Amino acid sequence: MLEVAGIDVRFEGVVALDGVSLTVRANQIVGVIGPNGAGKTTLFNAVSRFVSPAGGTITYKGQSLLGVPAWRLAHMGIARTLQGLGLWPTLTVLENVVAGAPSRTRLASDLLALPGADRRTAALRDEALVNLGELGVADRASGYPGALPHGIQKRVIIARALMAHPSLLLLDEPASGLSATDVNDLIDVLRSLRTRMAIALVEHHVDMVMAVSDRITVLNLGQVIASGTPAEIRANSDVANAYLGQKVAHA
Amino acid sequence: MNTVLRNSTLLRHGVFFLGLAALLLVLTSFVFDPYTNYNVTEVAIYAICTAGLTVLTGINGQVSLGHGALMMIGAYTTSVLLTWHPDLPLILMLLASMATTGIAGAIVGIAGARLRGPYLAGATLALAVALPQVPSHFASVFGGNQGLNVPTPAPPAFLGGDFSPEQWLAWITLAAAVITFFVLANLVRGATGRRFRMVRDNEVAARLSGIDVARTQVLAYMISAACAGLAGSLFAYWVTVTSPSGFTLNLSLSLLTAIVIGGLGSLAGAVIGSFILVYLPVWTGGFASSLNLSSNVANNVPLAIYGIVLIVAILVFPRGIAGGIGSIARGATRIIRSSRGPTALPAAPESPSQ
Repeated sequence: MLEVAGIDVRFEGVVALDGVSLTVRANQIVGVIGPNGAGKTTLFNAVSRFVSPAGGTITYKGQSLLGVPAWRLAHMGIARTLQGLGLWPTLTVLENVVAGAPSRTRLASDLLALPGADRRTAALRDEALVNLGELGVADRASGYPGALPHGIQKRVIIARALMAHPSLLLLDEPASGLSATDVNDLIDVLRSLRTRMAIALVEHHVDMVMAVSDRITVLNLGQVIASGTPAEIRANSDVANAYLGQKVAHA
Repeated sequence: MNTVLRNSTLLRHGVFFLGLAALLLVLTSFVFDPYTNYNVTEVAIYAICTAGLTVLTGINGQVSLGHGALMMIGAYTTSVLLTWHPDLPLILMLLASMATTGIAGAIVGIAGARLRGPYLAGATLALAVALPQVPSHFASVFGGNQGLNVPTPAPPAFLGGDFSPEQWLAWITLAAAVITFFVLANLVRGATGRRFRMVRDNEVAARLSGIDVARTQVLAYMISAACAGLAGSLFAYWVTVTSPSGFTLNLSLSLLTAIVIGGLGSLAGAVIGSFILVYLPVWTGGFASSLNLSSNVANNVPLAIYGIVLIVAILVFPRGIAGGIGSIARGATRIIRSSRGPTALPAAPESPSQ
């Protein structure tokens, strides 16, 4: 599905990613973990075309993504959520989810309010309600996102990403700020989504990543230091030193 | 019937704007005197331009200090075409002006898609300052500082020989305004309006939702400019002479002021702002001359009142007059719904100042 091979990303001479590779297969959940500043989000930004790698390749379904503008990814079936949520405060929850559907501008039809425009909007609203229902927050559809608890907002942004009918879903810290119950719910949601798509997630919540991922890639200082099944990662002493051990020492 | 209306934007907006058109037809034909018709025509011209501007600035979040210059492009398109081919039908003039100004707007928009906030303001300001200099350099085409004369369009024969051209122009302008507002109301309500707002509020999230941000911004500029071009064309007919002095920076700033006072992003606000733009000087001028002040004081009274109205409007109605009326209406509904007054008081402080 997604094949990132040996990409380098530099910001003004600072090496953010150094020869990083990542493979995500269909119906697979791949977790990317690593300490702060390891380059996790930069890796996502490279895949979603917000930063251009200086070297290496990124291919999706056998097609290179380098040179594809960021906005086109949603049309190709790659959806991404943002760590900072990025919900539109002036749109209702339902409208926010509808907004996630990649659509083409049909200017004439919009200017004249042709019946087709109303029909398309109605169909998207129905679909958005289904997605909100799947995430258990359909009752919040008519409210505004600013008033909602963080956990609910997190579900809304996943519902929004699903509007792209993604084959590949990129989740940026989906568990951050969630309660233990919410994290368990999230794990269930991801497992059920896996039957329809591939998922890559960047996450600090190591237990959650261990529980849900099929494969895990560990980044440290812009390099992949380990890659394997959760059991392999847990047994890896480099990971323990670079990341997990550090975390224990802090705790 | 009710659900049909609710489900069809076309029907709902169609019914509303047809009703509005009928009302305006009656008012301009039987109620208003020629002077009022003349003023109402001016209001409609500004409303066409400010409606486009409020979509650009309020809905899409791109500022423009250059809409006066865009109106100028529309006005000169009509005026130059008329000097070459005086017999071309008026509708062609309006469409040609929309086209040239729309193209100019797209060019500004392409620059605008790379510029944000104050930088975009600066670039459009430069347009507003520079463009009025052009006619004097190409005087053979644009008539220099003297400008070009524009004949008032003659009413069609079936209206009778004594039908006044001014009333004919009022009808044309109001019809153009109603159509513009119908189309823009559809746009604002529909998917394109939603995309404009998405780009305004969060470009990154918009991109992740599959929106080509730059193209959306250029489109917004083009639509807004086409409105300015239409307004400019009608302005040329209304003033009967097109010269650089009609399109100073002052005009661009007034248009922007109008949408802010009226309520940024609100089409109703664009109408309210245009009314203020036209009628405030009329009223304050009358007020100042009734005070029997010396002429150099009296001449400045309208300006002072204009400034005071601006400040008060923005202090009292931070979301513009249209927004203020909206919250007063909501407050009133709350008061009516709950007969126990005190809980509904928050809306009260706004009422006395209305």
